Amino acid sequence: MTITFFVPRDSGSLALGAEKVARKLQDEIVARNLDARIVRNGSRGMYWLEPMVEVETPSGRVAYGPVKPSDIASLLDTGMLEGGTHPLSLGLTDQLPFLAKQTRLTFARCGITDPVSLDDYRAHDGLKGLEKALALTPLEIVTQVTESGLRGRGGAGFPTGIKWKTVLDTAGERKYIVCNADEGDSGTFADRMIMEGDPFVLIEGMTIAGIAVGATKGYIYTRSEYPHAIAVMNEALAVARKAGVLGTSVLGSVHAFDIEVRVGAGAYVCGEETALLESLEGRRGIVRAKPPLPAHKGLFGKPTVINNVISLSSVPVILDKGPAFYKNFGMGRSRGTIPLQIAGNVRYGGLFETAFGLTLGEIVDDIGGGTATGRPVKAVQIGGPLGAYFPRELFDTPFDYEAFAARDGLIGHAGLVVFDDSVDMLKQARFAMEFCAVESCGKCTPCRIGSTRGVEVVDRLAANIEPEKQIKVLTDLCNTMKFGSLCALGGFTPYPVMSALTHFPEDFRPAPVAEAAE
Amino acid sequence: MQSASTDIATRAIGIINQLKDEEGPLLPILHDLQGEFGYVPQEALPLIAQALNISRAEVHGVVTFYHDYRDHPAGRHVLKLCRAEACQSMGGDAMAQKARELLGIDWHGTTSDGAVTLEPVYCLGLCACAPAAMLDGEVIGRLDAEKLEEIATEVRL
Repeated sequence: MTITFFVPRDSGSLALGAEKVARKLQDEIVARNLDARIVRNGSRGMYWLEPMVEVETPSGRVAYGPVKPSDIASLLDTGMLEGGTHPLSLGLTDQLPFLAKQTRLTFARCGITDPVSLDDYRAHDGLKGLEKALALTPLEIVTQVTESGLRGRGGAGFPTGIKWKTVLDTAGERKYIVCNADEGDSGTFADRMIMEGDPFVLIEGMTIAGIAVGATKGYIYTRSEYPHAIAVMNEALAVARKAGVLGTSVLGSVHAFDIEVRVGAGAYVCGEETALLESLEGRRGIVRAKPPLPAHKGLFGKPTVINNVISLSSVPVILDKGPAFYKNFGMGRSRGTIPLQIAGNVRYGGLFETAFGLTLGEIVDDIGGGTATGRPVKAVQIGGPLGAYFPRELFDTPFDYEAFAARDGLIGHAGLVVFDDSVDMLKQARFAMEFCAVESCGKCTPCRIGSTRGVEVVDRLAANIEPEKQIKVLTDLCNTMKFGSLCALGGFTPYPVMSALTHFPEDFRPAPVAEAAE
Repeated sequence: MQSASTDIATRAIGIINQLKDEEGPLLPILHDLQGEFGYVPQEALPLIAQALNISRAEVHGVVTFYHDYRDHPAGRHVLKLCRAEACQSMGGDAMAQKARELLGIDWHGTTSDGAVTLEPVYCLGLCACAPAAMLDGEVIGRLDAEKLEEIATEVRL
């Protein structure tokens, strides 16, 4: 029987040497004349174990990691083919606590299947959601998505079903589905993992959206910083077209739908939906004023559904298992699951999909295992560069849209960046302003000018020039940016700045110069 | 000179014609031009404007808005270092400082031998194996001083 090995092709694994591991393993397979093949899967999301190599055994998949090319020979010598033990043995993959504790709905297949094998996808419940959708009316599909309670996973948290309903109800000879895969927030990589590890689920979700609202064309707008995701996505699209999942007759139905990948050019602001649309149309990524909503006048002025990768990738399981199944997970108005991305200075960094409701402390201390450096956790930034820094005192905050908002934070795209006690929060506040200044599209004054003035004020604060006055100016400036900016870039930059100032005031008041000794 | 710019124009027109009938073709055209030449040649801008029936100012505006597009060639290698928060939390700033010292250049600079251009990048999605870098499109995680020294030597070979 042919033995199957799995060596991820996920960027995170590649960044840690997976390509060399795969090549070495292939060489050994040939040299030892083994009846074996290597599947290049996505990542299971446990980056401290990458490159993680798995082997299929009668009792299940057995994992080894982190594997270096020089480990391959000894792994094979000690019976890796039968899942034998070795210092790098991790046991059965599914029983690894980090995986066993998760609820994987959106990421059910990620790291398990061959990302570009449609047969694999079907064998693991793929396309069931789309098949069910094809038997429903557009309104029934939209209703199911609404009933599931799914909210935009890009960060805004707007109910996905309501967005779809607006597009469904808007007349237009041409409509679009745009997938926002411009995942620029530091600490986030869920979109990248889905595109690299299970691209068909995004294709399926977008196709369902197209059928639901009457759109025939979809665009995935992603980042030039994600070359591997672009490659896998394009491979998967070609497979889907060839198999008739996409094209003039989706799975043999009357519906036509096709998808194209478009690549950005290094502008963070293009993650903002209207700037993204401008960019897709071939213009500078300048934010549009709303209204009109993209649902009414979106891409090329046509009714457009614009959703994040994870929102769209959560749709197939909702259609397959029903809205009630999905809605049963979560808390309050945050329904379903959320793929937490635990990153930065953390021991067990990776992707952890779970129902809403875990506390920040459980996520950082129990799942993340504290810092990688072993020093105490000082702050966690949640939701990317526009998210707030939370101190340990707020670790009882449950992971929920409203609970974070109530504490002047946001969950954003669910990325968490952990910092140890060596971090200087004044420096982080300065960086937030600097980043906003670099990335501002320039359309509105509070963002364009405010961010530059913000950097200057923080610098004066650092130089201890009239600190009380600077803090007052900074607070006032943040208030202007928050309420006066056109989009979340200028509007949310105050979150990291003000949270740093509020929760870590000691970092903003340099130690008084010691009096000369008598 | 004349023949070099005619050559650029011919190659640029080929790319423009291939893509101009797509929806929103400007970014794909600019990406392909940069892929072909290593930068977006000034000579191509009026040709794009004409083909897409937009003003040359609009084309210029788009090219200069996006960080990715260059108006002159980069070094033989391009090293991008992530400067975003997750990488900062794992000592990214120190790595950036070291890279600038090793290569003797600042951000966006190219070494005098034309070997390498150093660029900042804000997030490569490798936040759980920070600090991260990208060398000529190849991703690198858990960058440390040793790896950085290897890279600095390798790019100058």
